[in-house]
Amino acid sequence: MALLQISEPGQSTAPHQHKLAAGIDLGTTNSLVATVRSGLSSVLIDDDGHALLPSVVRYLPDGSVDIGYSAQAAQSQDPANTIISAKRFMGRGLKDIDVSMQPYHFVDNNHEMLQIETRAGIKSPVEISAEVLKSLKTRAEKSLGGELVGVVITVPAYFDDAQRQATKDAARLAGLNVLRLLNEPTAAAVAYGLDNKSEGTYVIYDLGGGTFDISILKLSKGVFEVLATNGDSALGGDDFDRRIFCWILEESKCKPVNAQDTRLLLTKAREAKEWLTDHASAQITSVLSTGEVINVILTTKQFNEFTQTLVQKTLTPTKKALRDAGLSIEDIKGVVMVGGATRMPQIRLAVADFFKQTPLTNLDPDKVVALGAAIQANTLAGNKSDADLLLLDVIPLSLGLETMGGLVEKVIPRNATLPIARAQEFTTFKDGQTAMSIHVLQGERELVTDCRSLARFELRGIPPMVAGAARIRVTFTVDADGLLSVSARETISNIEANIVVKPSYGLSEEQILTMLQSGFGSAEADKQARALQEAKVDAEGLLIAIKAAMMQDGDLLNAEEKAEINAKMDALQANIHEAYTADLADKIHAETEALNQATEAFAAKRMDKSVNLALAGQDLNTLEI
Amino acid sequence: MSLNYFELFGLTPSFDLDSAALETSFRKIQSDSHPDRFVTASASDKLVAMQTATIANEAYLTLKSPGLRGSYLLGLSGIVAVDEKNNQMPADFLMQQMEWREAVEDAENARDITTLENLLETIASEAKHLQSGLSNQFNQNQLADATDSTRKLIFMDKVRADIIKVIEKLED
Repeated sequence: MALLQISEPGQSTAPHQHKLAAGIDLGTTNSLVATVRSGLSSVLIDDDGHALLPSVVRYLPDGSVDIGYSAQAAQSQDPANTIISAKRFMGRGLKDIDVSMQPYHFVDNNHEMLQIETRAGIKSPVEISAEVLKSLKTRAEKSLGGELVGVVITVPAYFDDAQRQATKDAARLAGLNVLRLLNEPTAAAVAYGLDNKSEGTYVIYDLGGGTFDISILKLSKGVFEVLATNGDSALGGDDFDRRIFCWILEESKCKPVNAQDTRLLLTKAREAKEWLTDHASAQITSVLSTGEVINVILTTKQFNEFTQTLVQKTLTPTKKALRDAGLSIEDIKGVVMVGGATRMPQIRLAVADFFKQTPLTNLDPDKVVALGAAIQANTLAGNKSDADLLLLDVIPLSLGLETMGGLVEKVIPRNATLPIARAQEFTTFKDGQTAMSIHVLQGERELVTDCRSLARFELRGIPPMVAGAARIRVTFTVDADGLLSVSARETISNIEANIVVKPSYGLSEEQILTMLQSGFGSAEADKQARALQEAKVDAEGLLIAIKAAMMQDGDLLNAEEKAEINAKMDALQANIHEAYTADLADKIHAETEALNQATEAFAAKRMDKSVNLALAGQDLNTLEI
Repeated sequence: MSLNYFELFGLTPSFDLDSAALETSFRKIQSDSHPDRFVTASASDKLVAMQTATIANEAYLTLKSPGLRGSYLLGLSGIVAVDEKNNQMPADFLMQQMEWREAVEDAENARDITTLENLLETIASEAKHLQSGLSNQFNQNQLADATDSTRKLIFMDKVRADIIKVIEKLED
């Protein structure tokens, strides 16, 4: 009898078979999916022939979710439940964004990623983006006739670790296997470079709906080496719409308008912006919900004037990237324009003026990123292609650690080629210090408060030594996706702590699992129920421990201390038996924390007592320390 | 067997470096070892790829920069060029540094980016001059002088980095 064959884990059973892979451009305004078929990269269209999918998600009253053009069409009727530009909120807290012109009901989570309250419940930007990704996944699988083995998703080059992690989380929620997160300008360079067989140093100027990236690449024989990247992850075509919106209000002497009219006028502003690309003036007319009539004419000249500062804002990162790459404009062979917003004539003029050459606009600026991502996806999925493609990308922002005085010590500088590993030694500040808090930060500024906090973890069990004697080696590793892991080791005792950085702004592994298991509809309710359950378990555990301790060592406390602890215990006990309410988990958490703090001194006394007991009557020489 | 950074790229250890050969060799190593080439490989092969690519990146970075290259080359002869405990500099170089620092401060207060950019140019040309001297020192095996020059180069890199920081602060 012939034996059945089993392949090596991770190895394909049929290596010669073409694997279905796709490149996804998850954009602020529009998203696309592309794939390589018969050696050619092409964008996949929907049933109506559209290549673009507006990145708009609407939660309907009947509980269903609408994505794309129809959702976009409903945005001014139903602004609070129609989320556009969710990408701007990825990995961001409420304090990071300008909420003044947003029609949404935001939920502030303190230091967590912000959330939006919709009629379908509270939604995080990750969940909203996952809806867009799911829609593209369905389109691709329908069009290719099979399940995708993996995708490459593009992100702005200037996205930090929190924003990258959020994007990866969204892909997981959508059921996609991410082969790689790829920087948008690098993807564009691949599509452009292969299409035009370019060699030399090129600049990719990528102004999308909500983000701006500038990347400088050296193209040589299929190797795309990023020399430097810079940008602004909160600057894009949307901002030009907002300037027009403000101008309309000013020009027509309008009072501040409601959410519905805001959305309506922003749509009119976007249409006017697009019209001005090849016309000298645009007439903007609209009837507001108040009955007020808007009728104004915007000329190209006016538009250029009040958006000039935005255009200038793209040139500062451009200068930085050139400086980091050690290049001057004479070294640049070509400037490739990417992103829908680069259609604006004033942008093209400013770029031409800065680089002293006409920018390259021969590829569709909306599609070039997805096309490049598809090429990389095809390579990574293991499909052989003629082009021997290799991308060497960089980390956009420096990574470092908090040191004494709230200062950031850089460990990995921006624009270092990936993958990279760097180690640095730190030491203790106080005599006998046995633990060290490691705070990982990303950004260029010197103060901790000016950088983005990515993670905190603790290294415990450092043997007590005089200040400055311990040697703590902290190693940062950044993989080819640009994602970070950190480990810390005390080199004398070999005590070690590791962490794969899940930024404070990302979702925890558990949150993702809950969302995956329960489907989107009920995820939020589940999460709250689960949070309550956990809070109760924690609280009960603490109550039992304190009761036992009071029984054993109650004599260590005076009457006043006893009364305080008892009161806090009673309050917590009562709440554990309360019926479910939305904020109960938080209440129990707060009370548990308060009880913890109230018993801190008690715990310290008990510790001293047990140490004294252990040492009593023993000869110093027999003690094992 | 562990290779030094020069050997990794198939180059003879020397301060005078064929930068085109370095670049070609770097690209070759990355083409063979980058993690992207091992997406479907076993976990241990992936790890080896990640390590090789990481070392190649670090090595390339070190050899590309004249200051770091000099320092690395001295390290191969057992000399530590930059050490917290020993950063003695000739008095005239220290004076020069102080003058640069003062010029940076003045320009920062005056928000004068052009002056800062000119200063970057000046220091870059000084560094170039120093490099040709350093090359001779290495060729004639005058390692004490080479250590001095390398240290100066690294200090100049630091001043340049600080100037760039100031320019960025002013531009924002």
